Amino acid sequence: MTSTNTELKVIGQQLPDLLLTAHHHMCAGCGEPLALRGCLESISDLGLSQRTIAVAGIGCYTSFSMTTDLDLVQALHGRAPSVATGVKRMLPDSIVYTLQGDGDMVNEGLQEVLHAAARGENITCVLLNNGVFGETGGHMTATTVLGQRTKNSLEGRDATYHGFPILIGDLIAQLEGAAYVARGSVHNAGSVARTAKMFRRAFETQMRGEGFSFVEVLTMCPTGWFIPTIEGPQYMQDTLGEVHIMGELKVDGVIHTTEELHAQNVLKAAEMEKALARGGIDA
Amino acid sequence: MKLMEGSEAIAEAAIAAGCQFFAGYPMTPFTELLEHFAKRLPDEGGVCINAESELEAVGMAWGALATGARAATGSTGQGLSLMQESFSEITLAELPLVIFNMARGQQDYYQSTRGGGHGDYRHIVLAPMDIPEAVELTQLAFHLADKWRNPVLVYGDYLLAHTHEAVNVSPISFDGELPAKDWALDGSLGGTGQSRLVSPLGFEKTGRESPGIEAHLRGISAKHAEISATEVRVESGYCDDAETVIVAFGPPGKFVRYVVTQLRAEGEKIGYVRPITLWPFPTEAVAAAADGATRVGVFELCAGQMIDDVRLGVLGRAPVIGIGGISTDGSGFGVGPLLDVEIIRDRVLALHRDLPLPSLPDNDRSF
Repeated sequence: MTSTNTELKVIGQQLPDLLLTAHHHMCAGCGEPLALRGCLESISDLGLSQRTIAVAGIGCYTSFSMTTDLDLVQALHGRAPSVATGVKRMLPDSIVYTLQGDGDMVNEGLQEVLHAAARGENITCVLLNNGVFGETGGHMTATTVLGQRTKNSLEGRDATYHGFPILIGDLIAQLEGAAYVARGSVHNAGSVARTAKMFRRAFETQMRGEGFSFVEVLTMCPTGWFIPTIEGPQYMQDTLGEVHIMGELKVDGVIHTTEELHAQNVLKAAEMEKALARGGIDA
Repeated sequence: MKLMEGSEAIAEAAIAAGCQFFAGYPMTPFTELLEHFAKRLPDEGGVCINAESELEAVGMAWGALATGARAATGSTGQGLSLMQESFSEITLAELPLVIFNMARGQQDYYQSTRGGGHGDYRHIVLAPMDIPEAVELTQLAFHLADKWRNPVLVYGDYLLAHTHEAVNVSPISFDGELPAKDWALDGSLGGTGQSRLVSPLGFEKTGRESPGIEAHLRGISAKHAEISATEVRVESGYCDDAETVIVAFGPPGKFVRYVVTQLRAEGEKIGYVRPITLWPFPTEAVAAAADGATRVGVFELCAGQMIDDVRLGVLGRAPVIGIGGISTDGSGFGVGPLLDVEIIRDRVLALHRDLPLPSLPDNDRSF
């Protein structure tokens, strides 16, 4: 029994319908399980559980291939969008999504995701972006931001030596075949809720057959960032979050630039602060 | 019977075998095969994607296979080099991929039979000598792929792709019932606790018995041993009393068969062995032919690759001598002057009489 006086209230189901077990191999503070929860709950909420096929890449999240209760193809590093294309073309009525990390999608398989988007392939590609190769122990990827320390950019990513990060969501939004593009995050409760909405919109886009949909989720990787677990969310906001700007990058064919999204986010944050000053959102 | 270009006949044979999906990237001399699939598959309710790269083509085929569809990809050896990582893993995922190599000559024997990919993996390799045989072996490829849940590669070349022959393409039924595709995905099992996983990694969904990677790899290796013992296909002739045996595959194998038949009619004690499966290699047929022979010649259009397998079959029973060589047209894509009945005849006879081999003919260097 807990020593607290507060009565514990179950406010939600702990295990998503589409996970076979709550057990996973992720490190403490990892953002990937939160992102995956958003994805899987969207699928159940939309009633898509019995028509969805997942395609997983190779990264830490690969261990969820065994525990996700969906038909699933395990693909090679970088190749999930093509595999998903083959699945979808054979089963056009199914809902097909891919799960890849930034190393998998933006390094190894960049052309695959761009081509799938340009073709307007009616699939949903999900990117878990933490700016490092988490599985190998914190190495620089194509999305690592300038100044970010990794095991092979010890003094921080230096543009003159390591080049610049790719803002993949922004890039995909430019392609005509991309119908819906969003970048969420899981570093606080508000962004988790916002990201869940993005997943729903992406799958709805696919259900309507409108073309390629894309959800990028910024996820914490305290192990690969070499910081204490508790500092993960703040570090994420201050480093990745300042460059890979959260928000909906393309909705109904309209592209929103990084600058627009940034301005929106500043406005929202100011509103939130005001609301909190008034005594909370419900006050 | 209809006069067809080899590429068209092979595509039609694949469609007759129930191929529903093809993805490829243009490359000489494979391009026309892709063209025919692109033209014909949609009519048949199938899909052909002009993939943006070979890497993507094989990935797309992988996805189509996971749904239980009959699916294929292809290229020339150069393009297949790009696909090798996926070939390895598709073999480990036990998916029945059919691969067409419309090769530039016979330089891809190692690639086909050893593979350029990682790990302990094997493909069945079928090497037709002409278009009618390609029609049959293409259909057999889909059958064997499903039978063994293993990739099957059809080794073609410029000659098969680009020459015309009168052929009859109709569905062939092969002996033996194929295993049910109870592993295929349709998305209907999500949330039931019975969802399926198609993976090369040897893992199953949580809660179900999972072999683990070591047992998984051993299982595939055992399957390959079984294929090796049961799926050998070979044609040989005049070997019983032959002093000289010539081994050759594919269209050059047909040339050699013609030359040897001619020389036999003239009383020369020469025989031939034509491997139809390059893997599994007809080791026993080669050994039997070499028993009592004075020499074994290998005619192949490359620097010498199959000769290794011939030596492993002959195992010292007789000297094994390469009588082929590199021979291309000026572009490097097509057939060189070495593939010529008179020239092959001179080389076979030189070997038979223990004379020095004539020098290799040169192409005219024109495109």
